[in-house]
Amino acid sequence: MTTHPPALVFDNIHKSFGPVTALEGVSLEIGRGELFGLIGPDGAGKTTLMRILTTLLLPDQGAAQVLGYDVIKQWRNIRREVGYMPGRFSLYQDLSVAENLHFFATLFGTTVAENYDLIRDIYEQLEPFRKRRAGKLSGGMKQKLALCCALVHRPQILFLDEPTTGVDPVSRQEFWQILNRLQDQGITIFVSTPYMDEASLCDRVALIQDGHFLAVDKPGALAASYEHPLYAVKARDRFRLLQDVRQWPPTYQAFPFGEQLHLSTRTEIDPQQLVGYLTQQGHQEITVTPTAPTIEDRFMELMTH
Amino acid sequence: MDVITADKLTKRFGDFVAVDQISFSVKQGEIFGFLGANGAGKTTAMRMLTGLSRPTSGQAQVAGFDIYRDVEKIKRRIGYMSQKFSLYEDLTVSENIEFYGGVYGIKARDLRLKTSQLLSELGLQEVARTLVGSLPLGWKQKLAFSVAIMHDPALVFLDEPTGGVDPITRRQFWEMIYQAADRGVTIFVTTHYMDEAEYCDRISMMANGRIAALGTPQELREQFQAPDMNAIFLKIARGSQTA
Repeated sequence: MTTHPPALVFDNIHKSFGPVTALEGVSLEIGRGELFGLIGPDGAGKTTLMRILTTLLLPDQGAAQVLGYDVIKQWRNIRREVGYMPGRFSLYQDLSVAENLHFFATLFGTTVAENYDLIRDIYEQLEPFRKRRAGKLSGGMKQKLALCCALVHRPQILFLDEPTTGVDPVSRQEFWQILNRLQDQGITIFVSTPYMDEASLCDRVALIQDGHFLAVDKPGALAASYEHPLYAVKARDRFRLLQDVRQWPPTYQAFPFGEQLHLSTRTEIDPQQLVGYLTQQGHQEITVTPTAPTIEDRFMELMTH
Repeated sequence: MDVITADKLTKRFGDFVAVDQISFSVKQGEIFGFLGANGAGKTTAMRMLTGLSRPTSGQAQVAGFDIYRDVEKIKRRIGYMSQKFSLYEDLTVSENIEFYGGVYGIKARDLRLKTSQLLSELGLQEVARTLVGSLPLGWKQKLAFSVAIMHDPALVFLDEPTGGVDPITRRQFWEMIYQAADRGVTIFVTTHYMDEAEYCDRISMMANGRIAALGTPQELREQFQAPDMNAIFLKIARGSQTA
């Protein structure tokens, strides 16, 4: 073959656990070097999909190739070439930081020294604790060690299952900077997250809910495909504002968005009309302005289709 | 009336000062956001305020009771819910309600009434005999919140209540919070979603065991000259790392 096969291809993947359907026919192709985000709430099917692609779980139906290898027949080849950081901390708690890293390098027939350049940035922050048991590390440090262990054999694709869940905004931002540097080194990244705001940090994303892809696209294009006119509405009493806006006939949906409401309407409106209605209802400090939809707006629109 | 007053509340673990002389108060019916980076001291502070951890020094009253002397009285007057642990997955919906009602000391006759009331409010009559473990996450969280306030506490502590739920359910959950606050229940909530911080009446942000910022979202935006809570959070947490 003259061209590389894509990093990931899967077609019509189904998976059920007893009566529960986790994945219901998902399909996708991801190119080499892409930073791809799988965005959706708990229970949407993110982990099941990750586990199928990392050959830890068999699909009930459908086909998948990772780096051109079939996930069922060629799982050995895949396991050598991918790195996987599961959502739950899965390192050896009673081995030290250095021992864990050494162990994972050995499993893959390599050494820490051989691929140190890839993990240097991250490992330097762990260095002061190299003799500490993994179980005694803080949450952020555990996360960094898990990432080092997933990278120590220089995988071509990195699978990350919710690496930033429960992590504060500062650590989340740092983690995404690390991902960007890994992408610069040519590693394909497939990362899942329940945080909608992280979608904009990916090259492309799939929005997943109840085992279905609601949409797959570049983040900017996804937000832009929002179908209704959208307005940011503010007034002093926010709880009452929400209830009153929902009673207004032109309203399609209204949701709290930070200090504002995002109001979508069935057709274009004149903001002054709404200001008039809200003034009648006794609201104060009212502002109504057209606003640009976010990925989260689009996700909610797709959920209620 | 203040439901929480803390004065120089401090907790040390050996040489490490987890909570360093924090002072603040929370009014009745207020939605109070308690934010901070991982390891900033939020959990330790919450454990002291809920009577689970004895302070090293400082004073605090919660629901009118002293956190040194009246720990058991405090526990009866507060509710607690966290994303990680709230309901027993292998008990049914009704069993969970009855269990918590019993723990909170609701009398048997009142409890039966309360249980059916709660089930109908939440629209959960159909699944009353279903194991909680098999419910969708969003339903579990709404049930957990209702259970946490079924004994009409003066205040309820919500520890990252909305982690992992879809954006619509997350907003419906906040509407439940607004309703409870409207009825006079004080809400003390932690979250990693910065847009949710904007839904609070007032916010405190902790860094290195201290309260680094305290005020309404509007006041904090002006004080830190930042467009939103995320920007303020990053400023505070970054500042504390270099300090």
